[in-house]
Amino acid sequence: MSGLQQTIDEILDLAARHFGVDRSGLDADDDFFKTLGIDSLKALELLSRIEDHFNVELPDYEMQGVSDFRTLADRIQARL
Amino acid sequence: MLDPTRYACLGDLLRDAVGAQADRVCLIEANRNRENARLTYDDFRRAGDALAGALRQRGLTRGERVAIIMTNQSRWLISAYAVFVSGGVLVPLDHKLTGLEHAALLAHCTARWLIIEHHLYRQLSAADGFDDLAVAHILVTEAPASLSAPGVEAWENCTADGPPPRVDQHQDDPACIVYSSGTGGRPKGCVLTHGNYLYQCAGLMRVFELTPDDRYLSILPTNHAIDFMVGFIGPFVCGATVVHLRTLRPEFIRDALVRYRINYMAVVPMILDALKRQLTDRFAALSPVRRSLAGVLIAVNRWLTRYEPDVAISRRLLPAVHRALGGGLKALFVGGAFTEPDTLRFFYDLGIPVANGYGLTEAGTAITLNDLHPFRADTVGTPLPGTEVRIAAPNADGVGEVAVRGKTVMSGYLDDPQLTARTIVNGWLMTGDLGRIDHTGHLILVGRKKNMIVTPGGKNVYPEDIEAAFGSLEVKEFCIFASNYLWPDRGEMHGRLIMVLRPVDGDRAGQRAGVAIAATNRGLADYKRVSAYVGWLREFPRTASMKIKRDVLAGQVARSTDGPTAEIGS
Repeated sequence: MSGLQQTIDEILDLAARHFGVDRSGLDADDDFFKTLGIDSLKALELLSRIEDHFNVELPDYEMQGVSDFRTLADRIQARL
Repeated sequence: MLDPTRYACLGDLLRDAVGAQADRVCLIEANRNRENARLTYDDFRRAGDALAGALRQRGLTRGERVAIIMTNQSRWLISAYAVFVSGGVLVPLDHKLTGLEHAALLAHCTARWLIIEHHLYRQLSAADGFDDLAVAHILVTEAPASLSAPGVEAWENCTADGPPPRVDQHQDDPACIVYSSGTGGRPKGCVLTHGNYLYQCAGLMRVFELTPDDRYLSILPTNHAIDFMVGFIGPFVCGATVVHLRTLRPEFIRDALVRYRINYMAVVPMILDALKRQLTDRFAALSPVRRSLAGVLIAVNRWLTRYEPDVAISRRLLPAVHRALGGGLKALFVGGAFTEPDTLRFFYDLGIPVANGYGLTEAGTAITLNDLHPFRADTVGTPLPGTEVRIAAPNADGVGEVAVRGKTVMSGYLDDPQLTARTIVNGWLMTGDLGRIDHTGHLILVGRKKNMIVTPGGKNVYPEDIEAAFGSLEVKEFCIFASNYLWPDRGEMHGRLIMVLRPVDGDRAGQRAGVAIAATNRGLADYKRVSAYVGWLREFPRTASMKIKRDVLAGQVARSTDGPTAEIGS
């Protein structure tokens, strides 16, 4: 399994747990605002959980313009 | 405090302000739980003067435009100070825009100078149209050593010995070009003069004067009119300390309130709601006995502060609440969008007054502000000193278009005399907002002019006014429009209220919301009832201050639909 794919899977697990949604309903290319039904403040909340999990720090601006799990995973991967 | 109105320009005012405080801390740059930098007024003056001198050495002349695109940090304020001191005109741009949007605004204002953070420079330089811009000098902050391009240099290396000579400027000269976030159409660059800012600062500080011991937490973008004034010019003139936080995450905001014992903070309603949620969660976690006790204490506080706030009493009565927010909060400022009266009342009852106001970029920062004497949750306050507000062409209920006149009203829109002439009529700024003034002089807003419906019976209906009745609706977000606003060509729809709603999961078609709307409708007068809804799955477009961009949302809905998703049953 590639590093990126593993990061995507872990993010999807975290998102499903944090927002209490069905993991099987989440896909890497989903718009997480739409799929999870969250606003930008809630997205920052998810980002905090992801940072704790991967032990990285992503400035808020890294989330600018990011709306799908794959791009988010890409940004995290770049910092691992 | 210095009297800003006695100065010719912001550069002179800021120079005196930073010179008066010397050893006091003016800026703390916090990032999460870390502190990146702490500058005294003297440190700030030295850094600002060195940059101002360097800008002049590199050829910046009086009246030239300098754009800033940066997140909240000390370099933003140092750069703005340097631009004002060296005689430039500041163009503060919203860092959240895309590279393409930045390029369009830079093209519109024809700025030759740009100060930008490195990650934003990367985004801008990759955008279409970047190579055609008139920008000839770019200072990039926090740039890697490898960055090299014509006309580009590291902000940190751009220094000169000592300040530049004073530049002669006047109150009528442009100080800033601020792009209004109102619509998605052509850019509207509001030309604000030095006089606009000087009088705005004087008016605001007369209502809420900060002291050198006060600390202000800056979380709104500094380019935003509220933070530019309340989180930069105002505190500096009063010698207070500004704490920058480079994140909007609620958990870090609360930590910063505690760590720095913050006294004031400006927020937008969305952030106020997040803080409210945190506090209500804490209440919910209390044991039933403690919850009842808290309820009694809140009621006592409400009674004791019924005429005016008394933070000292509130802190004694409700110490845990105040400790959770740092223990030093004197007031929160809220603006940028409509705030639910219930939310304002919630905080006031806890002894945390929220001063809400009303403003437009075209009129500087604020037009009216609630001075909390007494607290009023139902209005946006009274006009600031020096600002006149009147209601143009009022109807029988006293409701008409809000018009504003005073020293803070912009000189016009950049390169758009027609739009300026339509907006400033005989010296009065026509806001496009509808409202009335009550017998105590408070302004009560009822909605936007073009979103109004006139019923066949001649009754005026303001969809924004009706949104409060649907506050408890279980949807992610919603917005009510006049049908003629959404689909102007569909005459047969005229005069109906349409709700655009983002349904919650498990109600993707919005059917449950439709039933709930019908239930709420039954408690409303017939002309206030929502007659249909549009189910919308995308997040609503919002401005930098989290205000729903009604115009943009209406445009998106109009382009993707030709009518409502479903009618509301009776």
